[in-house]
Formats: sequence, C-alpha cells, structure tokens
Amino acid sequence: MVPLNLNRAIKEGARFVRRLEAESGQKISDCNQCGKCTAGCPLGFAMDLMPNQVMHLIRVGLWAEVLESRTIWLCSHCAVCTTRCPRNIDLARVMDSLRITARREGRIGSERSIALFNEIFLDSVRRYGRAHEFGIGLRHNLLTRRPFKDSDLGRVWLRRGKLKLGTRKIKGAAEIDRIFSEVERTEDGR
Amino acid sequence: MRYAYYSGCTLHATAREFDLSTRAVCSRLGIELEEIPDWNCCGATAAHATSHLLSVALAARNLALAETQEADLLVPCAACYHRLVTARKEMSENPHLRERVVRIIGREYRGRIGVRSLLEVLDHLDPERLAAGVVRPLRGLKVACYYGCLLVRPPAVTGFDDPEQPQVMDRLMRQWGAEPVDWGYKTECCGAGQGFSNEPVVLKLVRDILATASRAGADCLVCACTLCQSNLDARQGHVNRVYGSDFRLPVMYFTQLIGVGMGMEARELGLDSLFVDPRPVIRALG
Repeated sequence: MVPLNLNRAIKEGARFVRRLEAESGQKISDCNQCGKCTAGCPLGFAMDLMPNQVMHLIRVGLWAEVLESRTIWLCSHCAVCTTRCPRNIDLARVMDSLRITARREGRIGSERSIALFNEIFLDSVRRYGRAHEFGIGLRHNLLTRRPFKDSDLGRVWLRRGKLKLGTRKIKGAAEIDRIFSEVERTEDGR
Repeated sequence: MRYAYYSGCTLHATAREFDLSTRAVCSRLGIELEEIPDWNCCGATAAHATSHLLSVALAARNLALAETQEADLLVPCAACYHRLVTARKEMSENPHLRERVVRIIGREYRGRIGVRSLLEVLDHLDPERLAAGVVRPLRGLKVACYYGCLLVRPPAVTGFDDPEQPQVMDRLMRQWGAEPVDWGYKTECCGAGQGFSNEPVVLKLVRDILATASRAGADCLVCACTLCQSNLDARQGHVNRVYGSDFRLPVMYFTQLIGVGMGMEARELGLDSLFVDPRPVIRALG
C-alpha cells in the first residue's frame, strides 16, 4: 500500500464517490459496516482488502488504494454480498464499477492476468460475434508467458473434438463490431 | 411448448454435451427448441466488468432476435441465463436505458418476451408428464446438486428459487429417483472464469466443493453451468495434483442425468466426453 495522502483524499474523495454512485446506481453511504459481505465472500481468503474495507476506504476518500487493489479483480461477481446486504447495496455491481473505473484510468494493479483475460475475451467477441475458446486460451497463455498452461486439458478437448482451431464469424459480425464502436462513442461522449 | 433457444458459445465447444443432452431431453419431453438465428455471445463476465452499457447491448441483440421468433427464450447455461435475464430486467425497469440500447444495436426491442432457465421450465412441467418419461429411475444414486452462483443470485434478478437453499434441482433429481444429499456448498462459488486467469484460487474453491460433496456421501455432482462443470470436472486432476487428494467425482449436467433416467444411451448424452468418467456410476444403477 502506498503512503496515504490525506489532503488528496479529502479533496478528491467526494468527487470519486459521486462518480461511482452514478456509474453503479448504488449509494455508498448506505453501508453501515456490518461485515456480512466479508463474512460470506468466497474469494475473501485471497483478497488484499475485504469487501467491507473497500466500502469504507471509498467513503473516507482512499479510492486510489481500492482501484489498485487485487480485490476488485479477484471478485468473481458471485453476488453473495448483494444477496445478503441488509442495506440492499448491490456490492457486486459496485465491484464492476470499480473494475470499469480502474481500467479507464489505467490503474490496474497486480492482478493484470484477469483484466487481460477480459480484454482478450471481448476482442474475440468483437471479431467473430462469439467467444472462440481455443483462441482466447492460447492468446492469454502467450501474453502471460505461460504457453503450456492447461495444455493437458486442451489436448483432451481437442481429441474429443470439443475445441475448434478454426474460427468462424457469425453473419452479424460487422453488426457486433458496430455495437462495440457505438458503446465506445456513447461512453466517450458523456 | 415452443421456445427460442439460446445455446451460447461454450455449448458448441467444451460443453458440447450440455447442448446435446438439452436437445435430446427437450425433444423427448415435447419442448420445441427453435435456435435463435445468428445469436451472439452474451458478453459473459468480461463485458459487465468492462462496460455496463456493452453488457446490456450484447445481450439485447439476442433478446431482439428472439422477439422476432415470438417465443420466450430458453437458456440451459446458468451464466448466459444470468446475463440475458439481467439485461431484460434492467431495460424493462429503465426506459432510457432501453432506448439507448435499441439505438446502439439498431434493432427493435419491446421487451415482450421472457427469459427462462431450462431448470425453471422443467420445474413447471406437469409432474405426471415428467414421471411418464422416467423409464430407468436413478434409484440409489446419491447426487450433490450444485447450483453455483448465477442461477439463484441475486434473487431480485433471477427470482425463481431460494438463494441460500435452492431446491429446483433437488426436486427434479428426486422425481428421477435419485437421492440428493444434504450439503452446505450448493451455492458456493467455483471461481468461474478465473480457472484460466488465476487458477490457484479456483483450485482451492473447487477442492472445498469436492471435499464437502464427498463427505456428504455423494456419488456424483450435478450442475447447470458450463463454468462450474469445467472447473469441477476438468480441473479435478489439477486439484488432486496440487492438494495430493484423490477425488474421482463425476460432474454431470442435470440434462445428462435426466436423459439417463429416460433410458438414453451414454453417447447420445455426451457422457463419454467428460474428464471424470461417469459411466461406472451409471452402470452401477443396473
């Protein structure tokens, strides 16, 4: 964790909360730190910040620590927190908004592998209209420099004809590419 | 009964047996599946972790296509189901979002059709009609019904079963003569897509799920999601290697077990294409 700069925290904290609330549709100040989200979180064992700490740090203005945490990428969006929150905060949605913000601001911390996987996955969807499993796995392996990861599984899938090496675009592939462009245009225009 | 069928990407690749068994079982039960023409990927986790608008738009194109078929959407995979049902709900509650998305996808969408999970559809079938289909009851088979996350959570979105103690699959398995075991990991997360990007975390979660099912006396696990199935089945060998365990628990789709009960052959249901071979467990049924 980087040294805390309280001046920055106070100045920019409120602005960050407002933006996050707009992006997620959730009211951060509704959290009363009961800790149910953390108690039920299946990924908590691997996180550097517990889910209730994420909420608290955002509230006190330490948003940079949150954006650069491993936690926001380890969250699998299982929605146990959302389901159990007595204040009806959709924390899984807040985590999504934090990932979106971290990516937009180029603040992805040490969990690059997960963020990269999302990028490669969406690139496949944009190109072909569908997720091409073999291509996504291979590209992720190469870019993370672990070329043989899951090659034992891949061999079995290939032998059983379950992985297709070749790609095929859906008829509406150009339409899908246009959807991506339109979304980018709409979001940039905000 | 006619549905617009959304199979999804993995059902044409690593989860081919889910598509195969879904089609076989539905055809036998008189559920007509009409594949959505030229459907696209639902966007999965990658889309909603990247852009909310994109996640709704990708799902919405499929909803719009299904609407031209004038039938509710039927989705076997829990992960795809979750994306489609979420997009539908958000657009029906937020007309501005719907207008925006309609503009982006360039197709008409009025929100007239529903999105159903296959489990939900089977649960609403006439029990007598279901019972008539069972020719080879799964008597004595102890199954751990594994629901995972996306089928039941958050209840405000999916809303067809109890999010903490779901029963749909247990009920179905009981109707087929199997014995669902009581266990505490029905809705624990398997780590989903992190199997590819962050495997150590997934192996720990999978180990805990397998150990709990095993302690509860299960002969096999039953699931409804391609990510859950692949993490629990394909990565079971990795779990054994890392943790020194010796799990050999078959992990089947609920449609495969239903098919077995209907007297279908292993090959028709893709039981021969899983990692942990379920055929010995099936043969033991007699």
